[in-house]
Amino acid sequence: MRVLVFVKHVPDASGERGFTPAGTVDRTLPCRLSELDEHAVEQALRLIEQAGTGEVTIATMGPPAAAETLRKALAMGGHAAVHVCDDRLAGTDALGTSLVLAEVARRVGFDLIVCGMASTDAGMSVVPAMLAERLGVPQLSFAAEVTVDLAGQRVRIRREDGRDTVIAEAGLPAVVSVTDQIGEARYPSFKGIMAARKLPLQTWDLAELGIPVDAVGMVHAAAVVESATPEPPRQPGRVVVDDGTAAATIAEFLRERRLLPSSGRN
Amino acid sequence: MADEILVLVDHTGGQLAPATAELLRVAAGLGTPAAVFLAAGTPPPVEALAALGARRVYAADAPAFAEYLVVPQVAALHSLVQRKQPAAVLVPAYPTGREIAGRLAVRLDSALVTDAVAVERATDGGLVTSQTAFAGSYQLRGRTARGTPVIAVAPHPVVDAPSPPAAGEPVPVEPIELPTEALATAARIVERIEPERSGRPDLQTASAVVTGGRGLGDGERFGLVAELADALGAAVGASRAAVDAGWCDRSLQVGQTGKTVSPQLYLALGISGAIQHRAGMQSSRTIVAINKDPEAPIFSIADLGVVGDLFAIVPELISRIRSAA
Ligand SMILES: Cc1cc2nc3c(=O)[nH]c(=O)nc-3n(C[C@@H](O)[C@H](O)[C@H](O)COP(=O)(O)OP(=O)(O)OC[C@H]3O[C@@H](n4cnc5c(N)ncnc54)[C@H](O)[C@@H]3O)c2cc1C
Ligand SMILES: Nc1ncnc2c1ncn2[C@@H]1O[C@H](COP(=O)(O)O)[C@@H](O)[C@H]1O
Repeated sequence: MRVLVFVKHVPDASGERGFTPAGTVDRTLPCRLSELDEHAVEQALRLIEQAGTGEVTIATMGPPAAAETLRKALAMGGHAAVHVCDDRLAGTDALGTSLVLAEVARRVGFDLIVCGMASTDAGMSVVPAMLAERLGVPQLSFAAEVTVDLAGQRVRIRREDGRDTVIAEAGLPAVVSVTDQIGEARYPSFKGIMAARKLPLQTWDLAELGIPVDAVGMVHAAAVVESATPEPPRQPGRVVVDDGTAAATIAEFLRERRLLPSSGRN
Repeated sequence: MADEILVLVDHTGGQLAPATAELLRVAAGLGTPAAVFLAAGTPPPVEALAALGARRVYAADAPAFAEYLVVPQVAALHSLVQRKQPAAVLVPAYPTGREIAGRLAVRLDSALVTDAVAVERATDGGLVTSQTAFAGSYQLRGRTARGTPVIAVAPHPVVDAPSPPAAGEPVPVEPIELPTEALATAARIVERIEPERSGRPDLQTASAVVTGGRGLGDGERFGLVAELADALGAAVGASRAAVDAGWCDRSLQVGQTGKTVSPQLYLALGISGAIQHRAGMQSSRTIVAINKDPEAPIFSIADLGVVGDLFAIVPELISRIRSAA
């Protein structure tokens, strides 16, 4: 089974995050393999372990430093990696990202694509669906559980999107996206880290992918960010240490702010 | 109709969700609102939609909407857009909605914006949108540069315009064709797992939310969250830690991989306030937090923070609220 995992190199949420003057995410600040995409790598590895056969290719579109994200995913257990890197991709919108990733999928080949449920920077939760649309294959997204029946060439998921829980099914090849409910992602072992250094990592630019430069990037973005303004941080309020009167303090605060049910909160 | 703004109606079995009214209001500020009602076995609630300002209703009724994921809605909207050439399509930004929006934008090769909190019309015919980024710490202004913009609108968008007047005359209802070949590559829904109904207000639309985290200690004591919520007439929510521990249903999770809420009152019990949790609640109007750790990050955004033992405080708070009622 050929599994292709798409992972994104994103600013670390525990550090500083910001935008460049051009309105794109500042990717010079500390970045990492998106936490939610670690679950995608984990799911892919479990599937080939269960099948007892198969290869996991990790792919990303991102700036030069995104190679670190690929190495980390390889260290978790991936077999090969593809890095789409081209300065002209800066500012690419979701339409352009899905165009590039779909072309990567066609070239690498796949029985199953596994994505995260959302990138932790843009947080759109759309790329997996857009990939399925472009590739003309079924979309099984927001999976909290994935099972593949290799003999029958079918994939089944439990979709939990916060509103509905359904069991859904389709034939392979397909695109899956997984939530953080599939379970903890493994840590790379020391052996894995050493082995990852020797695994093949190909770097492709737009020319190698056969994508015209005017089909992607800021120049062709259909959705353009014109300005990014920091919001004034929320003013911290009052912090009190409970001396036995905290319940009264809270009740009084809620009454003053008209937040009690009897005060017409709406 | 070039001035028409299509609004995908958010409903459960014909019961309109609050997002429908919100999106119709946004649409009224951009052009002529037209409601798109897609359902399996439910007739369109035409009068209710007209009362919310829809000037036209497009409706499709097909079992496929309940039998397949996402694709039938995309196919119906796509055929409608090709026929009507609207100025924009607005979709509610819940997970299925954003996926419908994404696939539709690919088919139309058009701008896609997710989680728009405000939408205006630009002089060049495109749209100007506002979004927030990085857990509410940035405000983005964007514009759509191509095609028929598809906008997934966040809950509670900011709308300057007054509510659109209800249609004075009966609104026309037009059927939509659902191209069947579209379903060849759609994933099939083989089973629906019915959620438990608590009878409490809905987490995402409630005016008050009480959430509990790891600090509640165990599943039994997590019941205290519901008790306080009931006294306040609030919805119940939880941190991921509480959900993972199995103390409550996953649909109650607030945060990056759960729901985004912005109620009048958000009351957090035993929640540290990690960035992933804050991403789902930082825009709440008033935040009150009880936590025994004075260093908990939740205090940096709380309007009232109480450092103390929640088990000592909450029971008394419940009786004070009840006696004030
Ligand atoms: C908060 C947020 C909201 C967004 N909302 C939308 C939206 O509603 N609609 C939409 O279509 N898009 C959206 N995007 C994505 C995009 O369109 C942006 O709005 C903007 O146009 C560019 O995104 P960016 O800041 O991620 O740009 P960049 O940081 O330039 O990234 C764009 C993509 O290009 C990759 N990239 C950057 N440099 C290179 C390189 N040298 N080689 C290869 N790849 C590279 C990045 O990894 C990323 O995948 C959003 C992004 C963010 C952060
Ligand atoms: N630039 C990228 N490179 C590789 N995968 C990506 C990229 N952007 C998005 N994805 C994949 O698509 C998923 C959803 O992203 P998004 O739609 O941006 O929330 C992510 O979890 C990744 O699996």
